[in-house]
Amino acid sequence: MIAQETLTPEEMAEIDHEIALVPMRRAAAIEALKIVQHHRGWISDDSLQAIAGYLEISPEELDSVATFYNLVFRRPVGRNIILLCDSISCYVMGYEKIYGQIRDRLGISFGQTTPDGRFTLLPNACLGTCDHAPALMINNELFRDLTEENLDEILDRYH
Amino acid sequence: METPLTQHISFDRPCYNLRDYEKNGGYQALRKALSLSPESITNTVQASDLKGRGGAGFNTGMKWSFVPMNGHYPVKYLIANADEMEPGTFKDRMLMEGNPHQLIEGMIISAFAIQANISYIFLRWAYKKAGRLLTHAIEEAYAAGYLGKNILGTGYNLEMYLHTGVGRYICGEETALLNALEGKRATPRAKPPFPQVSGLFGKPTIVNNVETLCNIPHIINNGPDWFKSLGKGNDAGTKIYGVSGRVKRPGLWELPMGVSMRELIEDCAGGMANGYRFRGALPGGASTDFLVEEHLDIHLDYKSVAAAGSRLGTGTMIILDDHTCPVGFVHNLEHFFAQESCGWCTPCREGLPWTEKILLSIERGEGRPEDLQLLETHTRLLGPGNTFCALAPGAMEPLQSALKYFREDFEKHIDQKKCPWR
Repeated sequence: MIAQETLTPEEMAEIDHEIALVPMRRAAAIEALKIVQHHRGWISDDSLQAIAGYLEISPEELDSVATFYNLVFRRPVGRNIILLCDSISCYVMGYEKIYGQIRDRLGISFGQTTPDGRFTLLPNACLGTCDHAPALMINNELFRDLTEENLDEILDRYH
Repeated sequence: METPLTQHISFDRPCYNLRDYEKNGGYQALRKALSLSPESITNTVQASDLKGRGGAGFNTGMKWSFVPMNGHYPVKYLIANADEMEPGTFKDRMLMEGNPHQLIEGMIISAFAIQANISYIFLRWAYKKAGRLLTHAIEEAYAAGYLGKNILGTGYNLEMYLHTGVGRYICGEETALLNALEGKRATPRAKPPFPQVSGLFGKPTIVNNVETLCNIPHIINNGPDWFKSLGKGNDAGTKIYGVSGRVKRPGLWELPMGVSMRELIEDCAGGMANGYRFRGALPGGASTDFLVEEHLDIHLDYKSVAAAGSRLGTGTMIILDDHTCPVGFVHNLEHFFAQESCGWCTPCREGLPWTEKILLSIERGEGRPEDLQLLETHTRLLGPGNTFCALAPGAMEPLQSALKYFREDFEKHIDQKKCPWR
């Protein structure tokens, strides 16, 4: 199959920088996926083929890497990504209530995106801030000590 | 009480930059180390009895001593395992956000000891602040001549790179971490060969936990006898202990290795929150066996915790209180492990989801009396020796101990056909 998309010069330059640090092109696979996802939001089949071609590996092999990692998105995601910690300390401290409130407020469950593309909601393993559970991340920001009161205000910051 | 690891950490101000760190004695250990022979550094670390703080508890200097030093290996690697993803564990985040130069100094000394010329920090994706601070600190260290070519005029070269992962618990397993760094699926590798001989890209490699590496400058500065004197009982040094769950003051504390569980929970964490009673705790992350009230006076060192039937693990404790259903608690853990299984070996790939389904059915009041036997069978089939790596055996630790200490709670679910907590 021929790739319908090609990498942009900017993406290629960033991937080249990573390739220069490793002994073989294919070793830059994860970095390349991160770079393209950073520019395009997610990894489409076409993007995957373009990256695989550039790294001189098969798309199937690259897909086996892409689908292995939790934070490589093989489906489109919303403008903002909510990663709600569902691990043990957050469980004890009541993340299920926070989840219920997000579901009620945004109408989405884990793995879903709001129809307007504003939010995608994903479960996330322990965020490593257990003394301030429950916790979530939106995009690159960490929010801790969540309560039913402060959650709405946090969600309102994202459009 | 000495607190070497956290003495320069305060979250009331920005973390130390290079100049502040140097003013407070930073990089003096590196200067000293570069004047010593690599072998003598390894011997000092081995004599200090520093044990790996990532959970396994293996003597760090001994681990280094397996790296070939005969000059036939021009490429070697030193890697900081900063993929902190053990549920309930949040200590390495504090060390990296609080004093990034301490980790970098520890890494340079460790790399010199094994004569590695390339080093990586394998950082978990979620640790954005640590990533920003480490990136800046690495730049400062290069500019000051602590990294790069001909470090401090000694002829020793070391490059350091920050690699951020894309999220998978198994990346914390050192051989899986190596595969991730090679751009592959993070499945564990067969051992032997051990990474010390054939690791990243087939070259000799040492992978050490962040907290382990942060101890190195202090051991070089103060010597192995000083380090041993810091511990209270069977083990050397201090430890970053943590408590999360329904206690008055959840948090992290640097304490002498071997502090008692009661001191940690009652004195440091302020005891249980009002209205909550202690039922048990996982002493060192999700993959450790429960300890219960009768264990409160044991010392939290490797040997004492093992004698009580658990593991010190990461030293960050998760409390089970009387308002939380033990079956729901264990179901949450097994859900995590089932999700994070890499799928490489059959017992783990098939057994963990099965375990999770049984626990969910019990939690929903649909359990059968024979399910407890079935769960016990799983704890054996997924136990040590039957799987490719330690993930599934680790997953069985909280389950087997919950079946022992909270059996009545499991039985109540089955008898009453509902969760008594819901």
